[in-house]
Amino acid sequence: MEATAWERMEIIRNKNRPTIRDYIPLIFKDFFELHGDRLFGDDHAIIGGIASFQGQPVTILAHVKGKNIDENKDANFAMPHPEGYRKALRFAKQAEKFRRPVICFVDTPGAFCGIAAEERGQGEAIAKNLLEFSRLKTPVITIVLGEGGSGGALALGVCDELAMLENAVYSVISPRGCASILWKDASREKEAANILKITAQDLVKLGVAETVIPEPAGGAHNNYGQAAENISDYLEDALNRLSDVPEETMLERRYHKFRKIGEFVE
Amino acid sequence: MLEDLFKTVKSRFDTDPEHSKKSKVSIPSDLLFKCPRCGHVMFMEDFVGANKVCSECNYHARLTARERLNITIDKGSFVEYDAEMESANPISFDSYEQKIEALQKKTGLRDAIVTGECTIKTKPCVVAVMDSRFMMASMGSVVGEKIARAFERATEKGLPVVIFTASGGARMQEGIVSLMQMAKTSAAVGRHSDAGLLYITVLTDPTTGGVTASFASIGDIILAEPKVLVGFAGRRVIEGTIKQRLPDDFQSAEFLLQHGFVDMIVERQNMRRTISKLLRHHGYTGKK
Repeated sequence: MEATAWERMEIIRNKNRPTIRDYIPLIFKDFFELHGDRLFGDDHAIIGGIASFQGQPVTILAHVKGKNIDENKDANFAMPHPEGYRKALRFAKQAEKFRRPVICFVDTPGAFCGIAAEERGQGEAIAKNLLEFSRLKTPVITIVLGEGGSGGALALGVCDELAMLENAVYSVISPRGCASILWKDASREKEAANILKITAQDLVKLGVAETVIPEPAGGAHNNYGQAAENISDYLEDALNRLSDVPEETMLERRYHKFRKIGEFVE
Repeated sequence: MLEDLFKTVKSRFDTDPEHSKKSKVSIPSDLLFKCPRCGHVMFMEDFVGANKVCSECNYHARLTARERLNITIDKGSFVEYDAEMESANPISFDSYEQKIEALQKKTGLRDAIVTGECTIKTKPCVVAVMDSRFMMASMGSVVGEKIARAFERATEKGLPVVIFTASGGARMQEGIVSLMQMAKTSAAVGRHSDAGLLYITVLTDPTTGGVTASFASIGDIILAEPKVLVGFAGRRVIEGTIKQRLPDDFQSAEFLLQHGFVDMIVERQNMRRTISKLLRHHGYTGKK
């Protein structure tokens, strides 16, 4: 039987689940992390840089989850401030300039909610990324590794192809938040998780994601190497699919990928 | 992150009569208006006569989409787009249809936004107005689609776009589909912008969450009404994180102006004239 959304959430919450720091050396070669948005600072919740994927230079953008409290504090539990999104945009524009594909890895509870984030324009930073990625003249591939939390995830999610790891989830609101609005009871998050349609399988059905990347039995934490290989296989295919597409066609398709989402009657 | 947004907005700014009944002093909703910002009490007649602006603190209270159009555009110039469009239930969310139906009856709207073409002091433009009475003007498929179409039509016709934003954010009841409307609307803004056309955003009370994080924040010129609430995260969510009360002007239009995210704060009585002049600065002259 298919695992429920809640069961999948328990798998991605496993403390040994691989993070982007585990995946980079297994998937890429010669990764150089670059820093800063050139405006305010360097947000550790999003990392980015240049690496080689099977001999091809690519730009990597990724939310950073930690495996212990120190790592998590340093990365603010993968909840970016505006400077994180602006850093991501700077690297994306650089990728456009040098004609390398952008590969985004999403793994975040959401954009950080705090005074400084509001002062520095959290909304504007996310909006700007949605706008600029929608017309970025280089291929963009997004892979949700674990948690795709709302606008904070979408800021790295405007892409030509969206793939999700088998147990990853992607949601407009955390099940906890949904439960507290619906029933004024955050502890009913398990119920909320199962009604929100947040699994990789749901997203493919809803036409939001294109691909589900299989995980090793029981979850990615059971075999990092296998999980990384599956991601590599997907990336190789996706990059091949996008490599010959003329720029105009690619942008037109990207526009319609999002343009067609929505259900209404008239 | 959007956790307590709806509650927050309600507790601070709600002018809904049901809510005032709960407060200690009961005010008949049809006779008096109590300002949610400063507590000042006005006769409803005077309040409405002042275009729903508090005479004490200058708080610009919420307007319905119709009221907004009436005070903004040329009489008789409005041609509505997609008036019949209604929401479906993409993730089969429990009692979503019933909720929509009840709100349609109550407000006379089909969803949380009205879009169309009009003239403002004879200058043609595409206009969109969000109405917070309808599920806190949250953005689902209908809002997303109507915004995208408004920008696409404006792009085809070479028209500027003026949007009066108000929203609690993405509409939870449509799940991931509502989140994707943020990408869809922002991309449509991009195409309109690439065509060299003007987009003016007017931030009204309250503009938050996924709307702040998409089309509301990427206008060429961003105006705001005085004292309105504009932000990304819900106030209570932030207070929960930092364990202290936030100052009252946090996430106000004035706060945004100070931090560089708004171009001008414009009084309601000057809004029509201001938009008209901005349109003229961009070469839209209108008919004689």
